[in-house]
Amino acid sequence: MNAPMIDIDGLRFHYRDRGLLFDAFSLAIAKGEAWSIIGPSGCGKTTLLYLMAALNRPDAGVIRVGGVPLERPRPRTGLVLQDHGLLPWATVEANTKLGFKIRGFYGPDGRHSPKDTVRDRTTEDALTDHWLSWLGIDHLREKYPADLSRGQRQRAAIARTLVLQPDLLLMDEPFSALDAPIREELQRVMNRFHRETKLTSLTVTHDIEEAVVLGEKILILSDTLNQVPTVIENPHAGDPDLRKSAQFLDQCDRLRRLLEPRNRKGEA
Amino acid sequence: MSESRQRTTPMGTLLGSLTLLLLWQGASMLLARPILPPPTVVVPLFLAALPGDLGLHLLASTARVLAAVFLAVITAAPLGLALGQLPKLDRIMGPLIAIIYPIPKIIFLPVIYVLLGITDFSKIILIAIIIFFQILVVVRDEAAGLRRELIVSVQSLGAGRRALFRYVYLPASIPAVLTALRVSVGTAVAVLFIAEQSLTSWGLGYYIVVETYQVLMYPEMYTGIMAMGLLGASLYGLIHAIETRYSKG
Repeated sequence: MNAPMIDIDGLRFHYRDRGLLFDAFSLAIAKGEAWSIIGPSGCGKTTLLYLMAALNRPDAGVIRVGGVPLERPRPRTGLVLQDHGLLPWATVEANTKLGFKIRGFYGPDGRHSPKDTVRDRTTEDALTDHWLSWLGIDHLREKYPADLSRGQRQRAAIARTLVLQPDLLLMDEPFSALDAPIREELQRVMNRFHRETKLTSLTVTHDIEEAVVLGEKILILSDTLNQVPTVIENPHAGDPDLRKSAQFLDQCDRLRRLLEPRNRKGEA
Repeated sequence: MSESRQRTTPMGTLLGSLTLLLLWQGASMLLARPILPPPTVVVPLFLAALPGDLGLHLLASTARVLAAVFLAVITAAPLGLALGQLPKLDRIMGPLIAIIYPIPKIIFLPVIYVLLGITDFSKIILIAIIIFFQILVVVRDEAAGLRRELIVSVQSLGAGRRALFRYVYLPASIPAVLTALRVSVGTAVAVLFIAEQSLTSWGLGYYIVVETYQVLMYPEMYTGIMAMGLLGASLYGLIHAIETRYSKG
């Protein structure tokens, strides 16, 4: 197996007004894998993603990303949220280049931008062109977020993250606010993305089908205390015809059963 | 929206001014009393007086308004941002602001005079308070519209507090500040007029009321009124021009 991209070791976390969400929770995610994280609302799946992004701090335990214990948000980690988070007063192109501006603002300090950051407009323009056309929104670069459909906004948010060339992609319910056809289209886009780049990625979702389509491995969290992770293998994720196969329905069914509280013990 | 209707061309401004002068001339001829001298008398007088004392009165008034605008912007904009981004703080301050906001601030004039003394500073503070509340409310609402997810997304691109300020809070609040200024500049000039009527010997309010009106120098009084109108209109025009440029850029 590859060296783990993410190594969670003895994680303990709780919110002030609730009981423990994670205790002695350990999990390794190998480089190049695509994972889904699923569970009922309030189970801590977004919390876990935020912990991996260092936007939440663990009570105890260590999370290593790329071998380095997390102290603060990592410049090479890309994050896409359910809300596109685009600046309403900036065009798609300006939004896409926002990360470059922020990196230029701080310079290569290793905290806000990688140590090897060199501002180079030609490369920035090339990356912007590449990802805007790869995501099919090149023709919208002069538009403002308010002029776009929800799906286009989410594509712009993804472009803004990818131009910074992350080595880890964390997505929190990225397509949950979209209508089914647009959602499935974007899932295909992410499948293609993973085939082409083999970037380590984690997608939090509450949607069973989405978990099966996107995750080669699926982590199931419970709304009570999470200690031993429940992970199921899902090797057919990303197959172009997955949705039409019998395997797909089987896998969805299996997941559905595991998500019922009384059945969620022991399977690993 | 109404933005296109508000846009004025130099030609439009010229036509508007000519129409106003014509109406003024007509009204003056109809009324035929000293209280409404015709523009043929007032305009030459205005042009002649502008390089002299009238110009100094205008300068004094302009300086007071600009100082008040400056004070209001540097205090209200940061506080508005804080209130918009910190709901807990807004829950405490919100009701207080809601009560004070609609009160005409001119009624605090005596209080401010007693507390701060009869100085230029107290007149500036009074105007600043009016603009302060306008900016505070608009910037707060604008900042509250910046959802947490937007902030987190921009943080995930590497932004710390300084970059957030530079790339999110500042661009989000500038249009709001300009809108608030454009809306409140009329009130600010009106209050200035009242505040300048006493306890100073410089400013258009003093010139119009004490130096001309009270001694029945009506044509001279109208030069003061013209100057005050010019002040209000120029401030409005300036803010509007910055707003238009900013929203284009």
